[in-house]
Amino acid sequence: MSNKMKKKLTPVQQEYQAFAKEREPARPVAVNSLRAFLVGGAICVIGQGISSYFLWNFNFTEKTVGNPTVAVLILIAVILTATGIYDHIAQWAGAGSAVPVTGFANSIASAAIEHRSEGFVLGVGGNMFKLAGAVIIYGVFAAFVIALLKSIITMLGGV
Amino acid sequence: MEAYLTAFVVGGLICVIGQLLMDVGKLTPAHTMSTLVVAGAVLAGLGLYEPLIDFAGAGATVPITSFGNSLAHGAMAEAESTGIVGILTGIFEVTSAGISAAIIFGFIASLLVRAKG
Repeated sequence: MSNKMKKKLTPVQQEYQAFAKEREPARPVAVNSLRAFLVGGAICVIGQGISSYFLWNFNFTEKTVGNPTVAVLILIAVILTATGIYDHIAQWAGAGSAVPVTGFANSIASAAIEHRSEGFVLGVGGNMFKLAGAVIIYGVFAAFVIALLKSIITMLGGV
Repeated sequence: MEAYLTAFVVGGLICVIGQLLMDVGKLTPAHTMSTLVVAGAVLAGLGLYEPLIDFAGAGATVPITSFGNSLAHGAMAEAESTGIVGILTGIFEVTSAGISAAIIFGFIASLLVRAKG
């Protein structure tokens, strides 16, 4: 809770906040990080395997092979989400399964499946990007600002 | 074989950064992923992400940071060849595969599967 919000609380509420914070279970940061490292690394190794396959069997170069790799990983992640396996992996791995692109696919597929009961247009269509939307919006806006800055710098004859 | 090792270590370390943002920084997963995407775009702007991909292969292209890199990279490349409008036309050029695949497969999944419970 930010300091600004803290000031608005009554003394009793502040006391309770301190009381609750004392009893909050400590997060096992080291164990969580190790799990994230192992699972995240393993997903990247699978990605590397798919990359090698595309490099050997199709007309891709080191530069372009990222795209089909990501597409295949997304397909795998959606299948694992639909069968409910991805949830189990995510519970154990934390950020290890959320940070790779498979986590992005998982957030889209699980939102789509979850909101199916609200109808296909307003439910599935409207909620698919509930979590992934934030990623796309901030990614696109950051990319826009950066590309704009770079264009201006180049135009001014800099760097 | 070495490519697999670097992919494992670099990909794993990016995930550890994400885990630390969640555990120590107390961010939600959505905040963590947004932060990493923006970080990837900034690294692309500084010209640092391409060397990382050369070094780590899938270890750098699979984490969500590469999504930010691709967005910024597509925008900058197109802006260089067609001028400032290229930022708008190029931004999704490289990431098309990821977003289309996620939408299409996600939608098919929602047609085939019902939520449990």
